[in-house]
Amino acid sequence: MMDTSRSPSEASGFSRKLAATIIIVYMVVTLIPISWMVATSFKSVDSAISYPPEVFFEPSLEGYVNLFTNRSRQPKDYLDSLPPPDTWYEELVRSREMVITGPSKFLPRYSNSLIIGFGATFFSVFLGSLAAYALSRFKVPLKDDLLFFILSTRMFPPIAVAVPIFIMYRKLGLGDTHVGMIILYTVVNLSLSVWLLKGFMDEIPREYEEAAMIDGYSRMQAFFKVVLPQATTGIAATAIFCMIFSWNEYAFAVLLTQFNAQTAPPFIPTIIGEGGLDWPAIGAGTTLFLIPVMIFTVVLRKHLLRGITFGAVRK
Amino acid sequence: MAEIEIKNLHKSFGDFVAVKNSNLVIENKEFFVLLGPSGCGKTTTLRMIAGLELPTSGNILLDKEDVGYLRASQRDIAFVFQLFALYPHMNVRNNLAFPLKMQKFSKTEVDAKVMEAAKLLRIDHLLKSKVSSLAGGDRQRVALGRALVRRPKAFLMDEPLGTLDAEFRELMCLELRKLHDDIDATTVYVTHDQQEAMSMADRIAVMNEGEVLQADSPKIIYNKPKTKFVANFIGSPGMNFIPIKEKITPNQSSIKLLDSSLKIPEQREGTNSNENFLGVRPENLRLVSENGVKGNIFGVEYLGSRKILTVETQLGNIKIRVDSDTQVKINEQIQFDTLNNNQIIFDGSNDMALQSEFMS
Repeated sequence: MMDTSRSPSEASGFSRKLAATIIIVYMVVTLIPISWMVATSFKSVDSAISYPPEVFFEPSLEGYVNLFTNRSRQPKDYLDSLPPPDTWYEELVRSREMVITGPSKFLPRYSNSLIIGFGATFFSVFLGSLAAYALSRFKVPLKDDLLFFILSTRMFPPIAVAVPIFIMYRKLGLGDTHVGMIILYTVVNLSLSVWLLKGFMDEIPREYEEAAMIDGYSRMQAFFKVVLPQATTGIAATAIFCMIFSWNEYAFAVLLTQFNAQTAPPFIPTIIGEGGLDWPAIGAGTTLFLIPVMIFTVVLRKHLLRGITFGAVRK
Repeated sequence: MAEIEIKNLHKSFGDFVAVKNSNLVIENKEFFVLLGPSGCGKTTTLRMIAGLELPTSGNILLDKEDVGYLRASQRDIAFVFQLFALYPHMNVRNNLAFPLKMQKFSKTEVDAKVMEAAKLLRIDHLLKSKVSSLAGGDRQRVALGRALVRRPKAFLMDEPLGTLDAEFRELMCLELRKLHDDIDATTVYVTHDQQEAMSMADRIAVMNEGEVLQADSPKIIYNKPKTKFVANFIGSPGMNFIPIKEKITPNQSSIKLLDSSLKIPEQREGTNSNENFLGVRPENLRLVSENGVKGNIFGVEYLGSRKILTVETQLGNIKIRVDSDTQVKINEQIQFDTLNNNQIIFDGSNDMALQSEFMS
């Protein structure tokens, strides 16, 4: 007998199972490196490089301690002459025949990443939405050419213009500054942001802002009070793309930042140098580095799912 | 409330002329309808009054003050959109309060005014609802509430009933008209639906191709249309136009149709052209047994209280309205003549109605 309880456009039991299997396999494949990274961050230095690799191991916070501290190796008799350690992490470091000489640069680098990442995302979305609104609503001379021109800035990898930017930044004194990095990432993101948001703005009927303008609001007020709230979906989706780019950007960060505004991506690999290959510390740094984008994406996920399918089905 | 005067208003978008040098006076407390087929410039006219479009030339006077080139926000008028344009991210109360927030009222004043408007429209129980959860009619009421909450000088409405069900539309027509009278509003209402226009308007302006053809009360628009277009557009079915192959002269009071002679109201004007039209509404024709114009029944539409007959004659197809119990068969040969002395002669050269004993 035919199963008439589902509509013909719905997937059958078999194809659902097949789809689920494919997704699970894909998920496992994608998650292996990440789970290995998280596992490594909780290993000791020795078990991280042991062969064959240890899947089950005794967890240790050594990686995290090493990530946040600078240490120096000392002779045994010197260590014995010291008063007993006050904290668990000092004890852990002493057991490796080292003493803590101070905090590492990880926290300042991490907060640089947060400032630059969120700053660039904010300005990309803010400026992008203003430009998108203008391009969506007003008669702009050469509008199509302008839009193409905006997009064309993404037709080569941004790093291709690294040398001119490097020289420009040195002359302008923007090198190794937060402002400089925020401007750079904003500029790179802006074309994506304008294009994505223009699509969303086009979908919002003009009547809303017209109604607000008749109700006594200026166009600017109407934009902020009526248009922007309705573009939440698009703003969330755009913000995620911009955030992921500025958070992960490596090449410009290496080139343009050093002491003051260095972000986490160029910093994390430098951990390798201190006292042998410290894989757990790198694992710990990378794991912590993942968390903000993950939270950001999860918070905006509801909007993102609707966002990337925008235009597919009319509201 | 206010008087709105439109002087030589003109609007073109590039080569396309949307509104051609139009003149209108909308009186205080009047329910004024702009009626016409789509693309006739009625909405553009309304949007210019609202300030959503700026005129290419001409003036718009609101209470004698020229507002034609002011921003929408500086005109103190309200607009009801076809798709309501309720702000989806606000609940009903905030939608209603939105126009007031710009006017520096205290919170208690805003609440009082919102409540007053909500009670008037019987939506006070919905104030906390989300806009998206409302039914069409309630959305319409909220949109009206948002328009009237700050008591503007004039209400402009752009086909506000266009998206409602037929059944609801009739109810809202009554409500709208009652609301208009209750609050002594001046209303300009745009529609392409003549039924709506006829049932609500104090006066109707019929527009076509950017021109105001006639602005009069529904009764005059229906009975004494000034142009062929108005005569045809108003009424369902529209007026019959019977070609007359003779030159009309002043004082003429009958014309020849085929073999028979037909009495018409005494003309005050003549024509230069030999090709003119006799305009007669379907209800002003009747079936007769002799001495009428001959024709064959081509189609019969039964409409409950009446029947519309389409008759094939040598003068073209002619529609006649008869009682619904009149028995006729397709292809049956019948004769008809005119009833009442209210025929209109249209000048074939410019489609304008001629002045006559009836048309004056």
